[in-house]
Amino acid sequence: MVIHARACCDTEQVMNPARKRTIRLTVALSAAVLLAVALVYTSLSASSEARSPSELATAKPGVSYQVTGKVVDDSVRKTSDGVDFRIRDRAGSASVPVSYSGAIPDPFREGREVIINVRKQGPMFVGERDSLVTKCPSKFTEDKTQKT
Amino acid sequence: MATVGRACLILALAVAAYGIFASIYGARTRRPEWVASGRRSVYAIAALCTGAMGILELAFLRSDFSFATVASHSSTTTPAFYKITAVWSSQEGSLLLWVWLLSLWSSLVLFLTRRRLRQVAPYATAVLLGFAAFFAGLLVFLETPFALLATAPAEGAGLNPLLRHPSMMIHPPMLYSGYTLFAIPFAFAVGALITRQVGAEWIGSIRRFALAAWFFLGVGILLGARWSYAELGWGGYWGWDPVENASLLPWLTGTAFLHSIMIQEKRGMLKISNVSLILATGTLAVMGTFLVRSGILDSIHAFGASTLGVPFVILIGVLIASSIGLVVWRRDALRSEHRLDSLLSREAIFLGNNIVLVAMAFVVFWGTFWPLIAEAITGNRGALGPPWFDRYLVPLSLVLVLLSGIGPVIAWRKATASNVRRNFVVPIGAAVALGALLLALGVGSRPLALMMFVAGAFVVASVGQEFWRGVGARRAMSGDGPLGAVVSLVARNRRRYGGYTVHVGMAVLFVGVAASSAFQQSRDIRMSPGQSTRVGGYDVTYVRPTSRISTTSDGSLEKISFGSVVDVRKDGEKVVTLRPERSFFPSRDVQGLGPVGRFFEGEATSEIGLKAGMRRDVWAAMSPDVEALGPIIQRGDRVFSAAAGKIAPGAEAALLGQALRGLTERYVAAPPPATFRLITSPLVTWIWLGAIIVFGGGIIGLWPAAASSRRRERAAYAARIAQDLGRA
Repeated sequence: MVIHARACCDTEQVMNPARKRTIRLTVALSAAVLLAVALVYTSLSASSEARSPSELATAKPGVSYQVTGKVVDDSVRKTSDGVDFRIRDRAGSASVPVSYSGAIPDPFREGREVIINVRKQGPMFVGERDSLVTKCPSKFTEDKTQKT
Repeated sequence: MATVGRACLILALAVAAYGIFASIYGARTRRPEWVASGRRSVYAIAALCTGAMGILELAFLRSDFSFATVASHSSTTTPAFYKITAVWSSQEGSLLLWVWLLSLWSSLVLFLTRRRLRQVAPYATAVLLGFAAFFAGLLVFLETPFALLATAPAEGAGLNPLLRHPSMMIHPPMLYSGYTLFAIPFAFAVGALITRQVGAEWIGSIRRFALAAWFFLGVGILLGARWSYAELGWGGYWGWDPVENASLLPWLTGTAFLHSIMIQEKRGMLKISNVSLILATGTLAVMGTFLVRSGILDSIHAFGASTLGVPFVILIGVLIASSIGLVVWRRDALRSEHRLDSLLSREAIFLGNNIVLVAMAFVVFWGTFWPLIAEAITGNRGALGPPWFDRYLVPLSLVLVLLSGIGPVIAWRKATASNVRRNFVVPIGAAVALGALLLALGVGSRPLALMMFVAGAFVVASVGQEFWRGVGARRAMSGDGPLGAVVSLVARNRRRYGGYTVHVGMAVLFVGVAASSAFQQSRDIRMSPGQSTRVGGYDVTYVRPTSRISTTSDGSLEKISFGSVVDVRKDGEKVVTLRPERSFFPSRDVQGLGPVGRFFEGEATSEIGLKAGMRRDVWAAMSPDVEALGPIIQRGDRVFSAAAGKIAPGAEAALLGQALRGLTERYVAAPPPATFRLITSPLVTWIWLGAIIVFGGGIIGLWPAAASSRRRERAAYAARIAQDLGRA
């Protein structure tokens, strides 16, 4: 960027272009580093730890975790404002009980993959309101067929 | 048929490999016959992919369940329109769609540029063929759409009911058109860098394709949002899911590119920025495709873990490394011809606009890939929710909207005080007046939303002023009436006024997003008939339950629906009667399930009740407590079980229909409580309206210019090229 300083004042000294580039680079890099630090800081403080159901064994009470897993067969019980169910690892049988209140996505079913934010409360994991999401319907099909 | 389809794909792969060689060999030895042969390879691939696509479509239309993909994504009862579109609901079908669209768009651009860009085009051809070879290779070796089943089932699984929505069926071809169209400017940028032809010529040839890519990708994103709002029972339109974000990333950088190239065309500046933006956009488009298929990030839209992750990682690695390498290699040729004269100039505003767009893309990228970044930093995967995205993107959006109002009216090179006075008094006055009015109305409780409304008013006034002046000048010159002058003004400078229209549309869209996010009221409540609740100043009463049974075109039972009649009033005055319902489709898996119970173990969809208005949407979804019907369902199944073997062939469907009718009548006579989600959102319609304006502007920009305008453009273009050549 060239600011035409001479246009307003002929006697003003023009900065050495190499020095100007160095200053510009330093300012840009400093701004980038500051932004990166701010981004990392806010990300770490706002982030929920993502865990699989089996990893929730060491969960701390009150801490929010994002869990991804499959709804265990025959575990779904409707409640007055939500649903209770068990969630297990994608590959594996370790599961934890979840009590959830809020909107239940249309595709929610036993055996489906879900993502939910939970907090440990006693033996249960309580789902955060409206945090339950179920796999997009176009991506359900598991290949069980025998192809040639 | 499957063998022919597979042969088409194998041939396409072989032709792509040949075409890459022919194009590069022709370019390096300056032998035009080889270059032409490479170009014709693209046409041949388009023909072969069209053949493969046609065979797959035919298999879906004929319900040929010997094709594994047809058996798992269609059924005899799927309506014809959805059979056609079910092709791309599978992993392998969507990959075929990708390469087919790529081959068609590539053929079009290479045909249009066959007598131009003689040095750049062969390398661009090789890059486009490289993409085609990659996707054809995936279809040949890893995910073939022509796999056959050892035994063809009598009936297919059918298309998921939630996907039976027109916008959802058009959404993938729109997104993929956007992704594949962005491959074109990417390829020409690579060609331009290799041949050092980095002036304005390559941009002139692909600008319209970049605009088309931006247009289609935007339409695809909006259709997905609309489907989410109207079809899914949660009432939102954007969830910051990784796969949603992946489609937004190339759109943001592509938008920056479309702005940036104007500066290069006009003033020969921002060359490094332009090539970097389009190389990033092309790479991000591939990354979007990768995210859906790799399972690397937990997303509700991603296919399960597949074998496609590694090839995609390799491709993305190659794209990033070669892009960086090319820009560094050609950095001397990419020097700007002019410097920025003033921060108060259109160039500076465009640059600021691009910085904001890239910053938005960076934030979205960071938040999307945070699980992997967090794992690298802390050893644990993390996840960032919508509040984190909002923290950064809301202020950035505010700045972006503001800049989109300043850009069209500020002078090139350096704005003088008189220019500022002449162009900014009216827009600032309009914005301040609206701000004062909204503050008086109490909107100040949501300062960010208030600021967005003010910024939106500024943009509309700024662009409106430009139209007003342009129409005035046009009328003075031609004596046209007001409407004729508008049409003539826009027709003579489609690019400029198309762009202005896009800016107005974006302002309207952002105002809709701000209002619906800041002032939405929602309530989840369980009610019985006769009970009422209050949400967002509306009194909502569950009047009575409804139920119905639907059949398919061949008369078989399709679904059973339980709904409600909901009365919405404001201050005692009736506003609307909504009829949300929930439909239950029978499970395909019959094992252990009775014929009645099957209907409650399959898919379920919400049909929302919606009163859309310019001021406010009233939205309702309901979920009936079908567990209360459990004893009746079990009794029905027991009756069928006891009568097994005694029912005459063909009579079972009629008896089942009778049983389901009894069930629906019972539901209406003694309805259990139902759970309702009730939402009132202001200005949601503005989002869709803004999108229509944006895409209207896009169409204006894409529309071919009249012959006289083309002559003017060509003259300006020739002058620009002569300028470039003079400098070389």
